[in-house]
Amino acid sequence: MNSIIQFTSRLMRRNSAQAGFHPFHGGVHPEGHKQESTAHPIAKLAIPDELTLPLRQHVGHIPKVKVRVGDHVLKGQMLAEAEGNVSAAIHAPTSGTITAIGEKLIPHPSGLPDMCITLTPDGKDTWCPLNSIDWRNTPKTELVSSLRTSGIVGLGGATFPTHIKLRPDGKSHIHTLVINAAECEPYITCDDMLMRERAEEIVKGIEIVQYLLAAEQCFIGIEDNKPEATVAMQTASKALAGTTVKVVPTLYPSGDARHLIKLLLGTEIPHDKRSTDVGIQVFNVATVLAIYRYFTFGEPAISRIVTMTGSVASPQNFEVLFGTPLQSLIQAAGGAQSGTASFIMGGPMMGFDLPSIDVPITKAANCIIAAIPDMFPPAPPAMPCIRCTRCADACPVNLQPQELYWFSKSDNFEKARDYSLFDCIECGCCTYVCPSNIPLVQYYRYAKSEIIAADRAKEAADLARERNEFRLARIEREKLERAQKHAERAAAGKAEGSKTEASKTETPKAEAVTNAGAIKSEVDKPANAPATDDAKKAAIAAAVERAKALKAAAQAETQKQSAQDTPATAEPQNSVDKQAKKDKQAMIAAAIERAKAQKLAAAQAGQVPKNTEAVSPAIQAEINEIEALRAKAKALTDAKEQE
Amino acid sequence: MNRSPYITDAPTVSMIMLKVLLALVPGIFAYTWVYGGGILVTLSLTTITALTLEAALLKIRQRPVKPYLMDLSAVVTAWLLALALPPLAPWWLAVVGTFFAIVIAKQLYGGLGYNPFNPAMVGYAVLLISFPIIMTKWPAPLILAETKLGFMDQLQFILGNVLPDNVKFDAVTSATPLDYLKTQLMLKHEVTAITQAPIFGMFGAKGGEVVTGAYLLGGLYLIQQRIISWRLPTAFLGALATISLAFYAIDPAHFANPLFHLMSGASMLCAFFIITDPVSGPTTPKGKLYFAAGVGVLTYVIRVYGGYPDGIAFAVLLMNMCVPLIDAHTQPRVFGHKTSGHS
Repeated sequence: MNSIIQFTSRLMRRNSAQAGFHPFHGGVHPEGHKQESTAHPIAKLAIPDELTLPLRQHVGHIPKVKVRVGDHVLKGQMLAEAEGNVSAAIHAPTSGTITAIGEKLIPHPSGLPDMCITLTPDGKDTWCPLNSIDWRNTPKTELVSSLRTSGIVGLGGATFPTHIKLRPDGKSHIHTLVINAAECEPYITCDDMLMRERAEEIVKGIEIVQYLLAAEQCFIGIEDNKPEATVAMQTASKALAGTTVKVVPTLYPSGDARHLIKLLLGTEIPHDKRSTDVGIQVFNVATVLAIYRYFTFGEPAISRIVTMTGSVASPQNFEVLFGTPLQSLIQAAGGAQSGTASFIMGGPMMGFDLPSIDVPITKAANCIIAAIPDMFPPAPPAMPCIRCTRCADACPVNLQPQELYWFSKSDNFEKARDYSLFDCIECGCCTYVCPSNIPLVQYYRYAKSEIIAADRAKEAADLARERNEFRLARIEREKLERAQKHAERAAAGKAEGSKTEASKTETPKAEAVTNAGAIKSEVDKPANAPATDDAKKAAIAAAVERAKALKAAAQAETQKQSAQDTPATAEPQNSVDKQAKKDKQAMIAAAIERAKAQKLAAAQAGQVPKNTEAVSPAIQAEINEIEALRAKAKALTDAKEQE
Repeated sequence: MNRSPYITDAPTVSMIMLKVLLALVPGIFAYTWVYGGGILVTLSLTTITALTLEAALLKIRQRPVKPYLMDLSAVVTAWLLALALPPLAPWWLAVVGTFFAIVIAKQLYGGLGYNPFNPAMVGYAVLLISFPIIMTKWPAPLILAETKLGFMDQLQFILGNVLPDNVKFDAVTSATPLDYLKTQLMLKHEVTAITQAPIFGMFGAKGGEVVTGAYLLGGLYLIQQRIISWRLPTAFLGALATISLAFYAIDPAHFANPLFHLMSGASMLCAFFIITDPVSGPTTPKGKLYFAAGVGVLTYVIRVYGGYPDGIAFAVLLMNMCVPLIDAHTQPRVFGHKTSGHS
């Protein structure tokens, strides 16, 4: 049977141009297993005893909890509010009491618990007041911001908040709306059944979405293994202008948005762009139905259709309130057959094992497959890759999986990235066809996560390095600034020195006081402006120039005043305390004497005078530092002057 | 834990190898009919040797023996080597060739999936270089032979180098058409005259062309079963036909026609069974075309200008060396990318 499907499908692909679709490379034909769960219509699952609503049911930020334990809530009441740009609200699926807010197991591949709101229904199922929206007579921006409170996310499995996809980005005009009804994964039939039973409502949803996007045309892509749904959708969409139902061949993964666009329109979305960049937006059928119900009845997202299939007594589709424990769903489907060992959420190509039957049904849960070990036996031990390239033939992205495997296995991540690892959609086609039973997709997931982790680590390291470099630069700058100050002061000191030579009184004291007292504040003073080395040198040079000018002025001044001697006991700076004042006054007296002697000696030896003898060790240390800075500043100014 | 996909629809490596062996069966039948049952002895010898050596090497390399023996890749190598050897090749020749193929070319490189060179061709090339006389002495097809050796005679000759009384080895051998053509051309004879010799059949060698035809049949089965890519045989045979046609069109007196080249020597075996070895071949669709065409051209050049009558083994090994380069430069365009090749 399968080979017949494959053969006909291949024939169809060959004649695809006439059939009106554009084939993509690769793809596989896994057995459908869809008829099991389409025998019965969609049934409504009863309200369970307890609902567990994970806060993380969508792509993006966790919503902000608006209720407290003990609160009584009504059906449809918002429990958590969308926070940040990409986020979705959570609503009460029925009326009842909030009994817990805390960590619980959620349906996630990691098997880790996450924040959940627990609601114990009161059995009354009382709706909160609902407001329908007259979407035709409401500004679009209002409609979109209203959708933000609807909690609607992509129900095909991606769970991307819907309001983001309808928000005009101002850049590109959406000309084409694509409704994804391909449902290419085996076992899953929730969209199929939804289309069979609620095609009219879906089409009404399409009308709203098409209006919101102002898209000129709309294509509904359905795989050719759903003839009933195709007919229903064709009948329902007849009245809607610009909407066409297009049947595409059954070929996994035709339901991947980019591949469906390629199939329907022949457009290949550039790998580094979104479909909206080329004017195409894609919605899942169940999502547009949810949008319709939100605008028409004011109903937020509180339930979805879930396919319960596999090793259960009667596989069927159910309308399930979010938060319903998986256990209730299994029971509704007649219970799991004995020997059922695992439950897979999603399809067998991209799904994952659920950690427990206590996990709740979430917005992402399109299908639950109960599995006895015989259904999905573990792959036999992997053999070496023989480079047969069946994987490359099957890859819908036209990657070279055997090369990516080689690079991933040898941790040659750069090479893997180079060979477009991040274009891999993890559809599983390569593993599906591998004769050596190599879990290729696992290798790619591993490589991707390693690369992402390495990138993050690198980013963090870069940031740390930048910070450190900045810190070092700041320290260096502060040093130079100090040096500059000191150079300035040294020059001023020189001027003072010559003044002293003339007056032979005050200056040495003043210099000693300013040097000793001002250093502390200089050291602690934070730098306020970053400067390059050149700028610093220039500043220092300027300071030296200024100092020279000052010196000249001072010389002129002192020469004028040479006759009048100023008193030796001039007031020291206020910042110095009294004890220090006394000490310093004594020092000054001594210093004056020394200065006199030094000047004399210096005049003989041609040296610059110093007044640093016989000071306390602390001051000596400070002086030494200042001397070092002076030397540095001098070296810098000399260098500058040579330039 | 995310271990999807949960389902698989792939033949196992053993299944692929089994189909390759199956596709060789018509060729072996034809071979037996043309040259006698001796080939069955050689096939058994290489198969047993290959499996024994493979098992021993796996043991030494501390790899699980059973799953790797069950993949049947060693048997495929053994059969291809046996079919490439001259019929009635002595037992030790088969053993030495298999040793080089399995131990040196395959296991010492890391076993299945890691050998850069085609193991059977490595074994063959070693033998051709080391024992050129034995390797180029082919027995005449039974329909042409003056003295016809029975199966027991062939068995004795292979295992013990013993011929029945009054029979000399020269009496049962004859030059192969490729060899004969080469030597006669060197003696300044013209192609049309040379091909009048009784060893020439309708297209290639008398008798030999039947075996070649049987390989073609098996090869078509492999393409139908999607075991091998159509690109490899098509590009190889196409390149060989094109280059021989070009030379033949310029100077038909000194160059054989394309059909002769396609149906002689190991052309068909190479097209469908040798260059289609996935491990030592290229992986990209374009790369397969380049690789196979390269083997075709090199085969022709070696046949016409080289020192050996047939050039398949050397052509294949030379192109094996180019595989990493070919792969790197023939990366296909990834979905959503503008240009082919990696960024």
